[in-house]
Amino acid sequence: MTTPSTATVRTGIRPISVGRRVKDRVVQVLICLAFVLALIPLASVLWMVVKNGMQRFDLEFLTHSMRNIGARDVGGGAYHAIIGTLQQVLLASLIAVPIGLLTAIYLVEYGNGGRLARTIGFFVDVMTGVPSVVSGLFVLAFWILVLGMPFSGFAGALALSILMMPVVVRSAEEMLRLVPRELREASYALGVPKWRTVVKVVLPTAFTGIATGVMLAVARVAGETAPLLLTVFFTDSINNDPFNGPQMGLPLYVFDQAGRPTDAAIDRAWSGALTLILIVMLLNLVARLIGWWRSPARKGS
Amino acid sequence: MVAVAREEGVLGTMAKQIEVSDLDAYYGSHKAIEGITMTIEPRSVTAFIGPSGCGKSTFLRTLNRMHEVIPGARVEGKVRLEDQDLYGPDVDPVSVRRTIGMVFQRPNPFPTMSIFDNVAAGLRLNGRVSRSELDGVVETSLKGANLWNEVKDRLNKPGAGLSGGQQQRLCIARAIAVRPEVLLMDEPCSALDPISTLAIEDLIAQLKKDYTIVIVTHNMQQAARVSDRTAFFNLAAQGRPGKLIEMDDTSKIFTNPAEKATEDYITGRFG
Amino acid sequence: MTGAESTPEVEPLQYGSAGAPESGSALREPPGELDRGETGGPAMRRAARRRAVGIGGARGDGPFRFAATAAGAVLLAIMAAIGAFLVVKAVPALRANTTNFLTELTWQPNATEPVFGIGALAFGTVLSSFLALVIATPVAVGVALFISHYAPRRLASALGYVVDLLAAVPSVVYGLWGIAFLVPFMLEPSRFLNRYLGWIPLFGGDQVVGRSMLTAALVLAIMILPIIAAISREVFLQVPKAQEEAALALGATRWEMIRMSVLPFGRPGVISAAMLGLGRAMGETIAVALIFPATFTVTFQVLGPNGNSIAANIANGFGEATETGRGALIASGLVLFLITLLVNMGARLVIARRKEYARAAA
Repeated sequence: MTTPSTATVRTGIRPISVGRRVKDRVVQVLICLAFVLALIPLASVLWMVVKNGMQRFDLEFLTHSMRNIGARDVGGGAYHAIIGTLQQVLLASLIAVPIGLLTAIYLVEYGNGGRLARTIGFFVDVMTGVPSVVSGLFVLAFWILVLGMPFSGFAGALALSILMMPVVVRSAEEMLRLVPRELREASYALGVPKWRTVVKVVLPTAFTGIATGVMLAVARVAGETAPLLLTVFFTDSINNDPFNGPQMGLPLYVFDQAGRPTDAAIDRAWSGALTLILIVMLLNLVARLIGWWRSPARKGS
Repeated sequence: MVAVAREEGVLGTMAKQIEVSDLDAYYGSHKAIEGITMTIEPRSVTAFIGPSGCGKSTFLRTLNRMHEVIPGARVEGKVRLEDQDLYGPDVDPVSVRRTIGMVFQRPNPFPTMSIFDNVAAGLRLNGRVSRSELDGVVETSLKGANLWNEVKDRLNKPGAGLSGGQQQRLCIARAIAVRPEVLLMDEPCSALDPISTLAIEDLIAQLKKDYTIVIVTHNMQQAARVSDRTAFFNLAAQGRPGKLIEMDDTSKIFTNPAEKATEDYITGRFG
Repeated sequence: MTGAESTPEVEPLQYGSAGAPESGSALREPPGELDRGETGGPAMRRAARRRAVGIGGARGDGPFRFAATAAGAVLLAIMAAIGAFLVVKAVPALRANTTNFLTELTWQPNATEPVFGIGALAFGTVLSSFLALVIATPVAVGVALFISHYAPRRLASALGYVVDLLAAVPSVVYGLWGIAFLVPFMLEPSRFLNRYLGWIPLFGGDQVVGRSMLTAALVLAIMILPIIAAISREVFLQVPKAQEEAALALGATRWEMIRMSVLPFGRPGVISAAMLGLGRAMGETIAVALIFPATFTVTFQVLGPNGNSIAANIANGFGEATETGRGALIASGLVLFLITLLVNMGARLVIARRKEYARAAA
């Protein structure tokens, strides 16, 4: 063979070249910078929302609607929008959670990796990518234009539920798969039929995990604007009936006020944004708390 | 083997003695091994044996500072390669690992790389190497690992396509391509069939002409077959740190050990 | 096994999870007994037999099973219905259109002679999304590597949660932040780009404004960054320890280890994460609706007062749309649906090839 490379002549621990060391350092700095860079917009958004939102974040804002507030008037509030958002999200959950949960049960307990299960699994994934505005357009086309239903909070809930379903399915599926096989087998060994095993053994075991997933799904759709725009429409008044007539939603309220040209409206938009972020963050926090509360229990089992 | 034999004059200087004094290793707050002191002779095979959990693999990994790769893991004590302390304040673990090569329990060739690139991987780290030099080293290393004849016609095929035993020899070729001074082997045959195991053991016998070799094994026959010196590790109870019980010439350990525990272990009374 | 020997234990598990779904293929198993991914040992088979008996004999299982299957079918039906109803409501408007929908640039569906086409909108959608992707992907990969390989282990999950918070901020809030802060803020950097890099067509043009394609793309980039980062992070965390140690034992620095082991393993995952991010960016509505100047020009000069997208146009145009106008918006939504469907299916197919990614992308 040829003479071995120069490195073999030296003995002992051979230090690595300066170039390699420098490159390692440079990359390390770049990667830390990327992380800091990602946090800048988050900090900026939160800071501006809190700073600008506090100006109008008062009792009047939380308890009054925009009824009889003229284009240039100050005052007014988002009460009607908060009521609307809560009702719409609740209705959406009532539709999406059962369907999503049952689908997850099908995928884990009954699907057996067959063609139908794989197809459903694939389209659940694809469904997570359906743009929110498209789900709004679909409800508009189907519910309002074809079936002739009115704009309503319920129509908005339908659109939101389409966005919620895949998220619920995926998180519930993941949690159901975590339930140990032995637990199911113990139940079967006692002669308990499969569906009762699922209801009495599998679901309670996975409950907290599923709850976390549902809360995250709720948090995700609570901030959606586009589907509401096309299905709930706008109103400045309180409408407590989600099945009849236009409602308001908090994200929609922010969008509406942000588009108006007065400072008072922009202030209201910021306060609406603050309220919305508080609701979404609260939902996220609850979800994480459920998850955190669960984790020691899982370690113990 | 001709190529390796011809280089012996140069390579002969590579093998180094390792001196370990009073070494402890931790995983977080758990002390895995305690108070280990030993000397590992150059150009010989030293085998570590002992029951599961006795810390022999952990100890092996402290010899090239791979132990600290695991989060929370740390080491106290000294490891000297000739006169250099591996854990000295100005010693870069990266250069330690380059000097002391390692072969793992499961063959772990880089799955996206070809056979050639796998062997060349370590060399390429050290900057530009000419193609002809690379070709030469890859061939020498593969010959050194007794793999050349099997793969010389498909050097550009992925390394993951080889059999388990071939993959392990590929990993050995990859390790010796960077010309380490010491070669650590962590149960290199435990995932292999008997024929591949035999091939690796033959290889170890050849490699010890040039390298200081340390091998961890669960298989006492293997230790008896391949090693010159054997160290027996044991732990007092589960959760207690592992300790070096006894180290001596392999023939002595397997025929007339000084410690009762060693005798019990090699005669199969526990472990 | 104590901690001392526990490291090698980590990676066979991963190999196991990677291989299991294939081995449990539907063809080999009798339907209705084994869960997917289980390979039958003796204990398993016993359990399966019991289960089979249970299914036959138990009252109530039929309806429950039916409900679960029906729910899955409902999901498929919804996906089909989205396509079908969008087509149904789009067709009349497309019939009334007096020009070619696919190539026309203007959008006047509310006129007595409706003239509208997707051309400019589709261009804006694709351009803004690609810009966002180009901005977001490197940063997201950096963030993912930071959390998976650089940050202290104790902090990693907390830092990951902080990045996930970016995704929790509602789109409309980004829009508000965009017009109130980013649009004025971007004016100076945009002028700088135009002055010194104006020779690049992208940054050329005579007019430089804050409310530009670039600003909208930046907001989109911020919005898709968390999803790309989260998926990449999961994939990077799943790199087999054996691969990483192979590189380290050769004397690789951390970055060399990442280049040799982590990036090759994670590449398909990062690609599909980027595609999912692209799909998100294309469908993003409200934030860009507030920022885009809503013009119908086709230009690559991203600093000028131009920019629109399909989704933004729907949000901005819906309020005053006539019946034909609504149909036209639905038609544009159908195009958006199809584009995002293709992008998402592509991403999912890439993920599906590597089973170990499946959970990461949920």
